[in-house]
Amino acid sequence: MKEQKKTLGYVSVWRLHLVRFILIVLVSGLGCRLVYIQILDIDFLRDQGVARHIRKVPIAVHRGMILDRYGEPLAISTPVYSVWLNPQEVDPNDQDLKHLAEIIGIRVSGIRKRIARYDKRKFIYIKRLLMPELSAKVRHLNIAGVGLQREYKRYYPTGEVTSHLIGFTNVDDVGQEGLELVHNHVLGGLPGLKRMIRDSHGSYVGGGEQLRAAKIGQNIILSIDLRLQYLTYQALKSAVIKFHAHSGTAVILDINTGEVLAMVNQPSFNPNNSHSSKISNFRNRAVTDVFEPGSTVKPFIVAGSLESGKFNLTSKIDTRPGAFKVGGHIIKDSRNYGEINLSTLIQKSSNVAASKIALALEPEELWQSFSAFGLTEATGAYFPGEAIGNMPDPQTWQRLDRAALAYGYGVTTTSLQLARAYSVLANGGILRPVSFLKTDELSSMGRRVYSTNVMKQVLTMMEKVVQVGGTAQKAAVTNYTVAGKTGTIKKATSGGYSDDQYISSFAGVIPAKNPRLSMVITVDSPRGNRYYGGLVAAPVFSEVMTIAMRLLDIAPDNFPIADIKLMRK
Amino acid sequence: MSSLFNDRQQTQGLIFRIVSHGIHIDVLLLLGLLILLSVGLMVLFSAGGRDIELLLKQLMRAGTAFMILFFLAQIHPDRMRNLAYWVYGLGLILLVAVLVFGHEGKGAQRWLHLVFFRFQPSELMKLAVPLAMSTYLTERPLPPTALRLVIGLLMIVVPSFLIAKQPDLGTSLLIMSSGLIVLFISGIRWRIILGFIIFCPLVFPILWYIMHAYQRQRVLTFLNPESDPLGASYHIIQSKIAIGSGGVFGRGWLEGTQSHLEFLPERSTDFIFAVIAEEFGLIGVSLLLFWYLLVAGRGIFIAIQAQTSFSRLLAGSISMTFLVYVFVNVGMVTGLLPVVGVPLPLVSYGGTSMVTILAEFGILMSIHTHRRMMVP
Repeated sequence: MKEQKKTLGYVSVWRLHLVRFILIVLVSGLGCRLVYIQILDIDFLRDQGVARHIRKVPIAVHRGMILDRYGEPLAISTPVYSVWLNPQEVDPNDQDLKHLAEIIGIRVSGIRKRIARYDKRKFIYIKRLLMPELSAKVRHLNIAGVGLQREYKRYYPTGEVTSHLIGFTNVDDVGQEGLELVHNHVLGGLPGLKRMIRDSHGSYVGGGEQLRAAKIGQNIILSIDLRLQYLTYQALKSAVIKFHAHSGTAVILDINTGEVLAMVNQPSFNPNNSHSSKISNFRNRAVTDVFEPGSTVKPFIVAGSLESGKFNLTSKIDTRPGAFKVGGHIIKDSRNYGEINLSTLIQKSSNVAASKIALALEPEELWQSFSAFGLTEATGAYFPGEAIGNMPDPQTWQRLDRAALAYGYGVTTTSLQLARAYSVLANGGILRPVSFLKTDELSSMGRRVYSTNVMKQVLTMMEKVVQVGGTAQKAAVTNYTVAGKTGTIKKATSGGYSDDQYISSFAGVIPAKNPRLSMVITVDSPRGNRYYGGLVAAPVFSEVMTIAMRLLDIAPDNFPIADIKLMRK
Repeated sequence: MSSLFNDRQQTQGLIFRIVSHGIHIDVLLLLGLLILLSVGLMVLFSAGGRDIELLLKQLMRAGTAFMILFFLAQIHPDRMRNLAYWVYGLGLILLVAVLVFGHEGKGAQRWLHLVFFRFQPSELMKLAVPLAMSTYLTERPLPPTALRLVIGLLMIVVPSFLIAKQPDLGTSLLIMSSGLIVLFISGIRWRIILGFIIFCPLVFPILWYIMHAYQRQRVLTFLNPESDPLGASYHIIQSKIAIGSGGVFGRGWLEGTQSHLEFLPERSTDFIFAVIAEEFGLIGVSLLLFWYLLVAGRGIFIAIQAQTSFSRLLAGSISMTFLVYVFVNVGMVTGLLPVVGVPLPLVSYGGTSMVTILAEFGILMSIHTHRRMMVP
């Protein structure tokens, strides 16, 4: 049998078995490989898989509106579309690209250049925030690799009137300036997150489970009264133009709540197109810029002197001969007022009398009469770039420093700080934080800094400023009593006090008998020879308040005698 | 003899005998193939994105391939043996023709347009090489003499070289291994085998030299898969991710993420194994591999049962080459071997390889069901 097999050349079976064995070993090797991949390396590979097809996609949320205290919109978000393209998918020679370029108003060569430059990417923006009617046209073109992405664009219907206050957002809808920045987290809400399944071409094919609910941005209601804002804007702008001034600010506060009812600056900018404006125009000068307040601080000195007990309403201060010398420097009045009381000091704005009082007070008392009005602290308004005026340390004061402080030199403040200080005079001695948001209840955070009595006395003196013989007769408002004070100071420049640049200001309270509003107007560098606060800034007060009193339905407190007689008849 | 016959009568029923010896079908092998094919169609439905049309196409091809299987099973092995050189010769001529007039598809010249259909001569060669080798080696007593060995090697190398030139490295390697298996089981001396094993590494530099740039790239990618994740290594990284995502139990049929989201390239053809691994997990693929072993095991059983050297060589080569297919494909998909483009037998979408494989199984069945009559 064996012999026969050999002659037949029979194939030995064990070689077959050997080959089979080898193959089984090889296939078992595959098994081991699979065990390695599917059990030992599974975490890494699964993560890699998930990384390839699962995407967490933000859900865009509507940014909250900014409204004035009566619900007028100051900033609103509108859905718009941004055009993007996938450089790997778009054919740069596609004829439709030309149409696309025409619609969105850019050059087709520019698009092609970008496609070439970013050819490794799968997503580049071509145009952000396109108008709705244009985005519809782009959608109609239906170019492969070009897509639209829904976004929100911010619009500011009140434009430059509220621009400093509101600020603006960037292209990604994030607040950059002003209240848009301060309240960004409230306005912006929280974009939601959803889990999307993506195929290898990058398009979403499923999923959509919400990982995090979107929190829609909340509206914020400002303390601003848009009507007063417009009025103030108009009046200030006219004044700045009329006097060829460099800039100007105006602030109106509700003296009882600390709410800002109006805040305007010149020059302004259009927040709907903020790129075309100078950066310096973005400044909310009323909050960010400090200046020496000048004579507008005299009521604070008078209040301090009454509080100290060293002076009373009948105290006489000798200002003769209209000038006096302190530390080698001569302090002058416009003319010789003779022996005057505190009331006349304010009415005539006597530097000599104020300085003499300041020197009579202890330095701490003098410091106190500024800090009580909040001139050494922040207003509590929380505004980006908010400045706090500078008050030197009393221990460093020389006699001249103290005398100069009395008429507002050597100390700085912002317009907002000054308006807040005048609210203290008006509301009977309570220093309150300032708020840009509408507050329904009276702010309980105020603290009493003066007695009501002292404040009443000072306010009564300040009424004379606006009356015949005062420095700010142009601030008078028909049928209403006004208490105020002018300030005209030489502008501090890099080379010392300027001889021909002034900051003209007026700070006032209305109605003086039953105060509701305080207002500060500053005009920086009016050109020409009319630069007194009573000529430049005071008329703005009158112009705004004449209408504001009617708008706010505030009862007149100052009928001329003749009219009353007529009514009795 | 009669006792052997009786034995069979006891173990095999009447129907089995009719199927086996009347229409020359090996029922067990047929069953194994049908199950593989069904698994293939099921996975293809998932991998192809539930495309019924794709499924029908594959089903039609399977039908055609089974008809060829039935046809070949009817042909007596002796007849095949007589035709072996003709088939081999025709295959060689067509291979040359394809290099001259061939139609390009996916960067390779593999197709030949005949009047009615497209045809890949390399597939014919998969049959022709083991057939001709078995014929040639059994013309004289085994083991082969040195001269016959050299000529045998040439019979392997010439078509392999022509196919590698197309270029189709995968098929070339498969044909080479089918021929080498014939040589090995024909009983060549161990000394020669040893010498061959030592000689082999020396061939690599030469191979490298004649390889196409993309083939070199594949080998480099194989050696360092993470070198170019978006380019050359993309296939293998994605494939490993898909397999790994399956885990032990898999994500379930139609639930594979990497394949359905089209991250996995060639998911219904060469890389279909990764789809199976993702959807059916380690358990699924282990069962599949086991089933392949069973089918090949039946083939090797047939080889052992074969009563002539020719049949045994041919049957052995066919069954083992079948396992080599599986090994190369799965090895490539799992990153053990370079990507050479070998489909997973009977599962991957595509007609030509299915026809070839079922034709080979037809030959196996013919060998098995004709054997009783060959015994004197």
